[in-house]
Amino acid sequence: MTPAPRAVTVAFDGIVKAFGAVQVLHGVSFELAPGRVVGLLGENGAGKSTLMKILAGYEAPTGGELRVAGDRVVFDGPRAAEARGIVMIHQEFALAEDLTIAQNVFLGHERRRGWWLDDKAMGAETARVLKLVGLQASPETPVRQLIVAEKQLVEIAKALQRDARVLVMDEPTATLTPGETERLFALIAQLKADGVTVVYISHKLDEIERITDEVVVMRDGRFVARSATRELTRHQMANLMVGREIADLYPPKDARPTAPPLLTVRDLTVPGWARGLDFEVAPGEILGFAGLVGAGRTEAFEGLLGLRPHTLRSLEIDGRAAHIRNPREAASHGLTYLSEDRKGKGLHVQFGLAENLTLMALKRYAAPWLHPGAERDALKAAVGEFGIRTGALDIPAASLSGGNQQKLALAKVLHPGPRVLVLDEPTRGVDVGAKRDIYFLIQRLAREGKAIVVISSELVELIGICHRIVVMRAGAIQATLAADELTEEALIAHATGLH
Amino acid sequence: MPTPPDSTEARAPASERAGAREGVTRAWARLHGLGPVLGLVVLCIAGFLLNHDFATLDNAMNVLTRTAFIGIIAVGMCFVIISGGIDLSVGSMAALIAGGVILLMNALGARHLAPWLTVVLGAGFAVLLGALFGLAHGLLITRGRIEPFIVTLGTLGIFRATLTWLSDGGAITLDNDLADAYAPVYYAAVLGIPVPVWVFLVMAVLGGAILNRTAYGRYVQAIGSNEQVARYAAVDVDFTKLVTYMLLGACVGVATLLYVPRLGSASPTTGLLWELEAIAAVIVGGTALKGGAGSITGTVVGAILLSVISNILNLTSIISVYLNAAVQGGVIIVVAFMQRRRR
Repeated sequence: MTPAPRAVTVAFDGIVKAFGAVQVLHGVSFELAPGRVVGLLGENGAGKSTLMKILAGYEAPTGGELRVAGDRVVFDGPRAAEARGIVMIHQEFALAEDLTIAQNVFLGHERRRGWWLDDKAMGAETARVLKLVGLQASPETPVRQLIVAEKQLVEIAKALQRDARVLVMDEPTATLTPGETERLFALIAQLKADGVTVVYISHKLDEIERITDEVVVMRDGRFVARSATRELTRHQMANLMVGREIADLYPPKDARPTAPPLLTVRDLTVPGWARGLDFEVAPGEILGFAGLVGAGRTEAFEGLLGLRPHTLRSLEIDGRAAHIRNPREAASHGLTYLSEDRKGKGLHVQFGLAENLTLMALKRYAAPWLHPGAERDALKAAVGEFGIRTGALDIPAASLSGGNQQKLALAKVLHPGPRVLVLDEPTRGVDVGAKRDIYFLIQRLAREGKAIVVISSELVELIGICHRIVVMRAGAIQATLAADELTEEALIAHATGLH
Repeated sequence: MPTPPDSTEARAPASERAGAREGVTRAWARLHGLGPVLGLVVLCIAGFLLNHDFATLDNAMNVLTRTAFIGIIAVGMCFVIISGGIDLSVGSMAALIAGGVILLMNALGARHLAPWLTVVLGAGFAVLLGALFGLAHGLLITRGRIEPFIVTLGTLGIFRATLTWLSDGGAITLDNDLADAYAPVYYAAVLGIPVPVWVFLVMAVLGGAILNRTAYGRYVQAIGSNEQVARYAAVDVDFTKLVTYMLLGACVGVATLLYVPRLGSASPTTGLLWELEAIAAVIVGGTALKGGAGSITGTVVGAILLSVISNILNLTSIISVYLNAAVQGGVIIVVAFMQRRRR
């Protein structure tokens, strides 16, 4: 490996990226100067992670060019990017759990003496970089024995050992305690003094304000703005991130219904994930659930449906006590759940459209022999009602685009005719057009008198469609905000515990 | 629902391409579905050319009667494999059921029960015992959360050892007068077609209808395709699996009650390697071992194809009949090779 140059300038020039028919980056251009800490801001789906994966060689751009120190580069994998001094630290770690710290640090770059591994040299070098990141552990420790924050530090040590000149950190403090965060910030300052460029992706605007020199804002796959950090307030940063014509994307809000609740949950606890949750939803109401990744929102509702061990003081649906041990019993009480994991838990992607649509209400079509004609009629009706765009009706669900798969998944959980609907990330991975369709559908369902819970990581979407929003943090309800309190700053403040 | 114009335009060409790809994929799938049938036709032509006795009605009935036992078990096995499971114990289970049925019938015969009633009770006992063994498998797999492979590997040993112990290492033999009363179940023919073949036909037609035209059949496919999705879609996964293993057990019971009058005894070698033949029939018939989709028709064709191979080896002297299992094994690998693309 040739030694990486000490100061590296990175330039994105008209970077375009499309996954199939869905375009996620629309010609992004900006430069990263060496020796600076740059905060990369944007909502989920704005394209920050995709852009950084292109920089670090995990994805190839569909168009445009990437220049490193003035040279046009095409990376065929993360190793090629590493050779140019570019390393990305993911939210999900890329560590081999059964190997030791030293083995992980040198994985794929092992030092050799003749035919044999030079464990002594690798151990000494690992000890050096562990000291730099402030991790007090032997290089011989298996990674499995480390806690999450320590694994994060091993990732950084690995990047340092590879002499990273551009270091991308994606939500690095999501799993760190305040003390560990302080240590990370000190390390970043030291790296910066050494001339390393740090790209820092975070939703925590206070951290961005504290450690970055400048911020770059992205929205909907486009570069929106760049500015020196000290010239922006947190409020301005949030506005730049949101910035779209919200009025056009979301249906007009109805007044919050005043009827007695249709779903009342008291003291829902899912061990390890959520504790003591109390909430209620009225017919016609859309209740949002906001929180950071890992706040326990999905797990809480999977518990409520009996998919995880849980305890409850009481659960009432339509004023009557309900006991739910599995999704089947939930459906018989009129409660259905749209999973956030469309391919893993939502749809049988190899099955046909009609088989997916009718699965939750199949008994309706069996007398006792199934009636394929009736299933087909139901599919035709659903295609029209939900605006599922498909050429043929007898194709597997996998052939639909993401947005249309999501509409099919929605049609599926609505097919049994639920009165209470839990929608987990209902617009994940769908384009803006399909998002708008789904928002209007949710409003129509609310107007039909269904009680609706929407779990989403996109704060603007929750603000755009919900009557009230519950904010969860570390498994507990931090706040329940009414319509007049719904601002992104308030939600972030509660979700991160700054309030 | 309002449709923003930009997203429709952006997607139209892609969906057309996807449509064309789909067409090709479906054509491939159809061609693959015909694979076992084509193989069977080719084998039959080869059999006729090698030995003209192959194409006689007698020989055809002989082949089908021998197919019936494995075929009936394969119908049940098809459900289990589509659900994403496996049952390695069916051969041993058949042996133990045969032993149990003979012991019961001999005991009833000693009490001077009418022979026909003894046969009916014995037959009913075979199906009941099979369903109970299936229930045990199902409970261990769903409630006990043990892999089907492990559970049925365990019972494979338990069933056969129990029979060996009951027979004291030898054979359990049906009393003569009962054997005479029972014989028609194997040897009689209706409209020129032997009873076991009729039963096989009925079981296969019923199996196909249950798999494709009932909610239960759809659930079996849904669980095998993606158990997690099925669970989230309010399907009673545990109950469906339980029924599936019981169904296979009952199929083994039916196959055994047809088989017992053939030899009139059960020994430690009864039903040896039936599990391999039944699983092979399902796989040769185009069902993926990982589950999710499969066909009863294919399974029936697969079962017939395997016994045609052994029949041809018996009738001709090109390849030693001792290599029967080797030829069958080769066919399984070739079929699996041809079906790679679909998985």
